[in-house]
Amino acid sequence: MATTVPNVSRRAARETTVDAKPRTKTGRVKQKLTSRWATTAAIVIAVVWTLPTFGLLISSFRPESEVNSSGWWTIFANPAFTLENYGSVLFSQGASSASLGSYFVNSLVIAIPGTLIPLALALMAAYAFAWIPFRGSGPLFVTVFALQIVPLQMALIPLLQIFTNMGINGSFIGVWIAHAIFGLPLATFLLHNFISEIPGDVIEAARVDGASHTQIFTRIIIPLSLPAIASIGIFQFLWVWNDLLVALVFSGGTVDVAPLTQRLAELSGSRGSDWHLLTAGAFVSLIVPLLVFFGLQRYFVRGLLAGSTKG
Amino acid sequence: MDLATYRLLQDIGEKLGLLGIGVAVFLAVVGLILFLADKAPKRGRDKVQLAVFVAPALILLAIGLVWPALQTGWTAFTDGRGTFIGLQNFVWMFTQSTILTTLLNTVVWVVLVPTLSTAIGLAYAVFIDKSHGEKILKSLVFLPMAISFVGAGIIWRFVYEYRSPGYEQIGLLNQILVWTGAEPQQFLINSPWNTLFLIVVMIWIQTGFAMVVLSAAIKGVPPEIVEAARLDGAGAWKIFWNVTVPGIRSSLVVVVTTITIATLKVFDIVRTMTGGQYETSVVANEMYSQAFRLGEPGQGAALALVLFVMVLPIVIYNVRVMRKQKEVR
Repeated sequence: MATTVPNVSRRAARETTVDAKPRTKTGRVKQKLTSRWATTAAIVIAVVWTLPTFGLLISSFRPESEVNSSGWWTIFANPAFTLENYGSVLFSQGASSASLGSYFVNSLVIAIPGTLIPLALALMAAYAFAWIPFRGSGPLFVTVFALQIVPLQMALIPLLQIFTNMGINGSFIGVWIAHAIFGLPLATFLLHNFISEIPGDVIEAARVDGASHTQIFTRIIIPLSLPAIASIGIFQFLWVWNDLLVALVFSGGTVDVAPLTQRLAELSGSRGSDWHLLTAGAFVSLIVPLLVFFGLQRYFVRGLLAGSTKG
Repeated sequence: MDLATYRLLQDIGEKLGLLGIGVAVFLAVVGLILFLADKAPKRGRDKVQLAVFVAPALILLAIGLVWPALQTGWTAFTDGRGTFIGLQNFVWMFTQSTILTTLLNTVVWVVLVPTLSTAIGLAYAVFIDKSHGEKILKSLVFLPMAISFVGAGIIWRFVYEYRSPGYEQIGLLNQILVWTGAEPQQFLINSPWNTLFLIVVMIWIQTGFAMVVLSAAIKGVPPEIVEAARLDGAGAWKIFWNVTVPGIRSSLVVVVTTITIATLKVFDIVRTMTGGQYETSVVANEMYSQAFRLGEPGQGAALALVLFVMVLPIVIYNVRVMRKQKEVR
């Protein structure tokens, strides 16, 4: 969001350079590919893609009466800003208040182990599939890969039953395990892609020197795969943070366990026209993904590409 | 400090404590098991270690995913209380007009979202390729990928917000209609168009994914080939279709299949924006409603099974592609 303003000027700068010096080598290539229409289309797409979020952000800082009576674009004509929406959405107490502060903590408590557990287990399994030869390794790996696409929906009803029998339904532990299960197939697959690319000589040499699999795993595999772990970890984290379905089924829906997304979906239904609360609330839930996105974009993109170009 | 604030802080402290304990216990257990496996007697050590490495993931998947999925497959043919009723749930599905609408909506989603997201993402990737500020232009379109479907749902409900004619509009889209002299519309209520307005949200999210993957693929097309085609007198359009597109074919397949699967399972958007009302429900949303809100696990399971059957061809195709790539390697 913060980049919107400098971006406009950069875009303008780009247009002028494209037109001004088309005769340099890259310029020529560029001009062929991106005609004036293409540039216009790109700008239109960029604006259309940005405006909705921008409008939400602006609105979340407008006073209650204004948000619900005039469009956010009028802010430029008569500016009025407040932090009150955030105050009431985060901290106000009482049964009918949003109290997103507590839900924010819940989201954190869910998302961190919900990332760590599947990642650790997937890393171990990925190493075994890549570097410990055993009978049935190939078919088993393909099965894990295929599980990735079994819809969550297929598992929800019986899993809820199992959790209820174990007494962990509606607790953090239940939600952690559910996220671990659903995150495992993809994480295993992606990490396997990465780990199997590590040069065999390195691992062979270690084996010859008498290193056990545990030693290879902790001393070679983990350090070498840190970038991949970071990328996939970010993905899993965002997935868990943004999830609604798993939370709805396993969290029990109370302020004790339910994450932000669940509370927001609830508010969107019950207080659907209180836009001063909804805009601020939505932004509270967006802030962590946005920080992750802007802070760790490199890993984010890399993880995404690892998953798709090898696919 | 008043009592309420004190309670809140205490609550937060407790939860963070739980988080710390959970993480610590998990790491300790994994570390201990790895340590013990390392100390196993030399004979058979490899076998023990293999088990330690793959067993946790496989056991979790078997108990938490494979077994439940099989059970759901069975439940689809029961009334949800254990009595086998054959195909009755499926008969119900294909005779109820609301469920038929749901199925039809899902088809519309699956046709429109992957094609439009991929097309727009590809076009955008080509347009901004090698331009100044490419990185920033990319993040703008890519950003929706990072946020939740619930957040996206709220963002777009705000864009679609409706006020009766004569009142000042607060939703951008209706304001644009008013500016052009048209009547404001209840975008999320008027069927069948409302489904299209929900689909827009999914396209908004998925285009960034398509764009980033395809952009990387485009950069992988050897520039010599592009240059050679240019010297042969091919125009930008011809180069795009005859050089770029064949060069990024495998990435295109991945993008389309990934988005298709995500779209089949779409749930949060519909639930946040319309709750599946006004004839906008899709299979995943209906499944949740039947199984967890209406107390009809049999019908819910049947819908989940339909979802699985819809995804299945894509899974098979993907596995095939992966096998082929492994052979090449």
